Amino acid sequence: MLRFVVMRLLRAVSVLIVTSVVTFSMFFALPADPALALCGKSCDTTKYERVKHTLGLDEPLVNQYGDYMKGIFVGRDLSAIAGGKFCEAPCLGYSFEQGELVTDALKRTYPITLSLIIPAFILYLTFGIGLGVLAALKRGRAMDKFAVGLSLVGASSQIFTIGFILVFIFLVTLRISPPPSYTPLTEDPLKWASGLWMGWVALGFVSMAIHTRLSRAQMLETLSEDFVRTARAKGLSMRKVYGKHALRAALTPMVTQGGLEIGTLLGGAVITETTTSVNGVGSLAVAAARSGDLAVVMATVLISAVFVVGFVIIVDVLYAVIDPRVKLS
Amino acid sequence: MNTTIEDPPYLRVVDLKVRFDTDDGQVRAVEGVNFTVRKGQTLGIVGESGSGKSVTSLSIMGLHDARRTRISGEIHLGGRQLVGMPEPALRKLRGSDMAMIFQDPLSALHPYYTVGKQLVEAYQVHHPDASRAEARKRAVDMLGRVGIPQPDRRFSSYPHEFSGGMRQRVMIAMALMNDPALLIADEPTTALDVTVQAQILDLLEDLQREFNSAVILITHDMGVVAQVADDVLVMYAGRVIEYGTVEQVLREAHHPYTWGLLASIPSLHGDAEVDLKPIKGNPPSLINVPTGCAFHPRCAYALVPGACVDVVPDLLELSSRNGHKVACHLPESRRVRTYEEDIAHVGVAQ
Repeated sequence: MLRFVVMRLLRAVSVLIVTSVVTFSMFFALPADPALALCGKSCDTTKYERVKHTLGLDEPLVNQYGDYMKGIFVGRDLSAIAGGKFCEAPCLGYSFEQGELVTDALKRTYPITLSLIIPAFILYLTFGIGLGVLAALKRGRAMDKFAVGLSLVGASSQIFTIGFILVFIFLVTLRISPPPSYTPLTEDPLKWASGLWMGWVALGFVSMAIHTRLSRAQMLETLSEDFVRTARAKGLSMRKVYGKHALRAALTPMVTQGGLEIGTLLGGAVITETTTSVNGVGSLAVAAARSGDLAVVMATVLISAVFVVGFVIIVDVLYAVIDPRVKLS
Repeated sequence: MNTTIEDPPYLRVVDLKVRFDTDDGQVRAVEGVNFTVRKGQTLGIVGESGSGKSVTSLSIMGLHDARRTRISGEIHLGGRQLVGMPEPALRKLRGSDMAMIFQDPLSALHPYYTVGKQLVEAYQVHHPDASRAEARKRAVDMLGRVGIPQPDRRFSSYPHEFSGGMRQRVMIAMALMNDPALLIADEPTTALDVTVQAQILDLLEDLQREFNSAVILITHDMGVVAQVADDVLVMYAGRVIEYGTVEQVLREAHHPYTWGLLASIPSLHGDAEVDLKPIKGNPPSLINVPTGCAFHPRCAYALVPGACVDVVPDLLELSSRNGHKVACHLPESRRVRTYEEDIAHVGVAQ
C-alpha cells in the first residue's frame, strides 16, 4: 500500500512538472508582454528594457522557469514589482492585472469556489445515488420512471438554463430568495447559504443525472448477483440485503465518477460562478487567460492539475479499501 | 420411499406450480410437482437446465422474484405451509429451519466481506441475543467442522483467498450455522474440480448424518445421485417424469428420458468400447411446451401419432413396485424389456 502510494506520488509529480512546462512555454508563444504593460504611457526603449530586466523577462526562458519553480518551494524576492513585499513560499508570482500576489488572489477566490462546489457536490451525490438506488429497487414503477425522467432532464440541461429558471422563479416572480451573492460562511451562515443555494441546485441538478443513471444501472446489476440471493437465503431483512450487501458492491464505480468530478470541479466552476454572479477561481482563471495574465494562468492550471491527479490517487486507494480483491502494486 | 413407520416427512410438496410472467408469455416452470423428504433422508432432483429443478428449490426457500412469479400448491415444512406465508414469517425460517447451498461459491459469497463476517451475520440474524464472541466461536467451530484448516486464522480471510473447494466448504458452513432441518444443495459440486467434488459430497453425507437434516440435492449428474441420494426425482419440462428410490430409478429405470440420462454418463466399471449416448435435441421452451408428453419430440420410443403426442401422461405408481412412479405412455412390459436390452449395460446403470 505505502509503496503503491509513493510510486503514484512520484508519477503524479512528473505529470505536474510536464503540465507546468507546457503551460509555461505555451504562454511565451502568445503575444502578451507584461513588461510593456507595466512600462506605462511614457514608455521608451531604455525604460522598457529596465522594466524587462526588473521583471527578469530578459533572462533565458529556462532561468525564468527555474525562478518560478524555486518560488513555489522556497519563496522569491519580488520586491521590485510587488510593492516591496517578499513573496513567501509557495510563491506563485505576481499578477499585474490584479495588482496583487497570485496567492492573495487565490486566497480571495478559493473560498468562493469551495462554498459553491462542496455543498453542491454533497447534495447531488446524495440525491443522485439515492434516487438511482430507489429507482432500481422500484424498477418499472412510478418512482423508477420519475427518476429516469428527471435524470434525462438533468442530463440535457445546462447549468445556466437551470440557474436562470431558478432566478426567474424564486427571485423575480416569488421574491422569496435574495439575489445570488457570496458571504463568507464564517461571517453569516444563513446569508452564505441563501446567497449560494441557486448555484448549488443548478450545478447539482445537472451533475446529478449521471449519478442517478450510474447507480440505478449498478444497483440493478448487483441485485441479480448470486451473493444478494445468498444474503436473502440467510434470512436477512430486505433493508440489510439491500443496504449492506447490494449497495456496498454497487457503489464502487460511483467512487471513481465522484472522485474525478470533484477533482475537476475544484479547478474552478466557471459557468456556475458566472450564473450565480460570484467571482471564484474559475472566473479568475478565465479573466487571466483573456488578459494574458501569465502568473494567474500558471497558478490555476497547476492547482487544477494537482487536484485532478490527487483525486485519481485517492480514488485508487479508496478502491483497494472498498474491494479487498484489488491489490495495489 | 421407505414404508417403515417413521416421523411424518419434514418437507412435503403437494401439486406445486410455479409460473413466471415474461414479455414473451407465461413460463410454466413447474407444473404440479409432488414429493416428500424425511429428516436424515436425501432426495436427488435430476434434470437438464430448465427442467424446473432449481425453480422448485427456490420456491421452497421463497427466493423467487415475488413480483413476477405465481406459486400455487402446498409446501409443508415441519407442518407449516410456506406457500402464501407472509414474508417476515418466511424470513425467520430462511437460514434457520431451511438453508441453501448454491452452485458457484465464488459468486454466492460476498466479495467484500470476510467469510467470518458473513458467517457471524448468518448466526446473528437468527440469534439476535447472541454476543459477537459467541457468534464468532460458532463460526470458527463450523469452519473447522467442514474441514477448513486453521479455522481461527481463516475466519478473517476473504472468499477470493480460498480455493474453489474450500469456498464451497465455507458456503456449507454458512448454511449449517443454525442447524437447519432442511438443507437444499443446488448443484453444489458443478463448479468444482472432479477430485474436489467427491470430497464435498462426502462432507455433505457426513454432515447430514451428524445433523440428521433432510437434504435436497439438485443436480444434472446421475453419478452424484448414485453416490449420495436415497430417493430420486427426475424432472423434465417442469414435471416429474420418474420418482423412486435410487435402486429403483438407477437400476430399473422406466422412463426413456431417465434412460437417456443414465446412458450419457460414463462408468468406470463399464465397457470402454460402449459409446456415451447423448440425448438428442434440446430441452423444450417452457413457454411453448410440446403437447402430450413434453419429451416426445426427443424420445426414440414415442408412440407417434398416438397418446404421447396427445395426452399428458400421469405420474403413476408401477403395479409391480412399491412407490416407484413413472409418467410414460409406453406399456410397462415394453419398458422393462427395452431397459434390460438397451440400457442396463451402459453408464451408471451398470
